[in-house]
Amino acid sequence: MVNNSPQRFDTIHTVETPEGVDLFADLAGPIPRAMAYATDLAIRLAILACSGIVALLVGKTGAGFWLILSFLLEWWYPVFFEMLRQGQTPGKKIFQLTVVNEDLTALTWSSSIIRNLLRAVDFLPFMYVFGLLSLILTSRFQRLGDLAAGTIVIQKNPLAETGVLPNTSTQPPEWSFAEGEQDAIIEFTARHQSLSVSRQQELADILTPITGREGPEAVNYLRAIGNWFLGAR
Amino acid sequence: MKQQDFEKKYQGAWLDLEKLLKEAPFKDNNIALPRLYHQVSHHLALAKTRRYTFSLVSKLNRLVTECHHHYYDGSSNYRFQFLRFLFVGFPAALHRNKTYVLASLGIFLLPAIIMWGLCFTNPDIIYSLMAAPQVAEFEAMYAPGQDKFGRERTSETDIAMFGFYIQHNIGIAFQVFAGGILACVGAVFFLVYNGLQLGAVAGHIVQVGYTQTFYSFVVGHGAFELTAIVYAGAAGLRLGMALIAPGSYRRLDALKWAAQDAILIVYGAIFMLLIAAFLEAFWSSSGSISPLVKYAVGAFFWIFVIGYSCSRGRGNSSHEY
Repeated sequence: MVNNSPQRFDTIHTVETPEGVDLFADLAGPIPRAMAYATDLAIRLAILACSGIVALLVGKTGAGFWLILSFLLEWWYPVFFEMLRQGQTPGKKIFQLTVVNEDLTALTWSSSIIRNLLRAVDFLPFMYVFGLLSLILTSRFQRLGDLAAGTIVIQKNPLAETGVLPNTSTQPPEWSFAEGEQDAIIEFTARHQSLSVSRQQELADILTPITGREGPEAVNYLRAIGNWFLGAR
Repeated sequence: MKQQDFEKKYQGAWLDLEKLLKEAPFKDNNIALPRLYHQVSHHLALAKTRRYTFSLVSKLNRLVTECHHHYYDGSSNYRFQFLRFLFVGFPAALHRNKTYVLASLGIFLLPAIIMWGLCFTNPDIIYSLMAAPQVAEFEAMYAPGQDKFGRERTSETDIAMFGFYIQHNIGIAFQVFAGGILACVGAVFFLVYNGLQLGAVAGHIVQVGYTQTFYSFVVGHGAFELTAIVYAGAAGLRLGMALIAPGSYRRLDALKWAAQDAILIVYGAIFMLLIAAFLEAFWSSSGSISPLVKYAVGAFFWIFVIGYSCSRGRGNSSHEY
C-alpha cells in the first residue's frame, strides 16, 4: 500500500509491502534528475553525431538508417535502459538514481513507455518547464509522465555499511533519556566518521549545561553513552 | 536486544541474502530466498521499532527492497503476449474506448472534409494554411510520370524514406497522444492541424489535376497511417478526459488508470505506423505499379483495418499486458 500523507513534507517515500514491512526510499529532486538527463542527452547526441558521419559516408541508404536510429534514441533510449538496466539510464546510473513504480516494485514496460512518451508534454513549452513545475508542485517530485505512469525516481545509494563504532569507553547515562534523545545520541555516535571534529565538538557543546563537559571531553562522553545505548558493555 | 547483539546474531542471514541476490535468486526453485526474505523483512520491522541506527535500518531496507523487486516484478510470462495483443488486446482496447475513437475520428475528419471542400472549389485557399514553396513541393511530389511519387526528389532511396516515415510519422502520433494529458487540448490541436493539412493537400491536388497519382499513392498506407493517427488521438483524449471528468475517482488515480488503458492503443498505433511506413516507402511510392492495382490493394487494406478495428477482440479481454 502506498502511503500518501500530504501533510508530511519529506523526501522520504514509504510503502507498506504485503509482508507487512514499511519500505522507504529517498525521492530524487529536480537537480540530480536534470543532471542525469543532461548526461543522457550528451550520450545520445554523441551517438547521433558519430553515426551521422558514418551515414554520410554510406549515402542515402545510410540516411534512412540514421533517421531510424534517431527515432529510437529520441523515444526509446530511456525505455530500453529503464527496462533492461533496473530502472537506470546511463545518466541516472552516474547520479545514482533509479525509476521504480510508486509501490517500489520494478518498472513494467507499460509504465516506462507511458512516462517516456509523455516526456513530449513535460518538455513544453520549452526546456521541460511543465515537467519542472509538476516536479515542484507534487509531493513526490513527479513530472507529468510520472504522474500518469505511477512512477517515482528515487536515490539508489550503494549499500551503506553499518559504521564502525568509535573506540572509546562505554558508560551508562547518568539520567534517563527520552526515545528521541537516545536516537540523537546514537546517531551522533554512529556518524562519528562522517562529521568533522569541530562540528562534533560544536554539537556536543550544546549539551554542556547538562553534561558539564566541554570540547573533546564532551564528545567522548556522548560517544560513551551512545556506545552503551547501542549495546556495548 | 541492543543493536550490537542484534547485528551479531543475524549478520549471517544478511550476508546469505546478499550473496543469494547477487547470484540467481530463483535458480532451481530455490526456497532459500523466500525464507530469508521473510526473516529479513522481520528484522527490518524490528530494527525500526527498536530505533536502531539509521545506517543499519537503511541497510536492511535496501536488502528487503531488492527482494521486493524480485517478487513483484510483474514480468512473469512474455511468450506469445505480442500475438495475443494483436488478436485480442488491441481490438478490445479500441472497443472499450470506442467513444474516444469516434470523437477522435470526428475531430480529425471534420476539418479535413471542410478543408478538402474549400480547396477543391477555390485554388487559393491552400495558401492560407501553407506557404507557396511548400505547396509547389507537394505539387511536384505528385506530378505524373515519375518513377517514385510522394518525394521531394525522386532520387531518394526507399530505405531513406522508410527511415524518414518512421521518425516523422510515429513522432507525430506520440505528440498527439502526449498532448492529450493537457486536458485534451494538445491532442485536439494536433488532430485538427493534421486534418486540415490532409484535407488541404487532398483537395488542392484535385484542383491541379494530379488526382490519379495522389490518391493511388495515399490509399494503401493511408489505411494504416490515418487510422493510427486517429487512434493515437483517441488515446490522448482518454488521458485528457480522465483529468476533466474523473468520475468517482481522484483525478490522479483516474489519470493513472486511463494511462494504463490508453497505452495499449498507442502500442497498436505504433505497430500500424510501422506497417504504414513500410508500405509508403516501398509500395505506395512505386511508379511502376498501375493505379488500378494500388486501388484494389488499398481497398483491401481499408476493409481489413476497419474489420479488424471493429472485431472487439472477442474472447478473453483482460487488461494484463
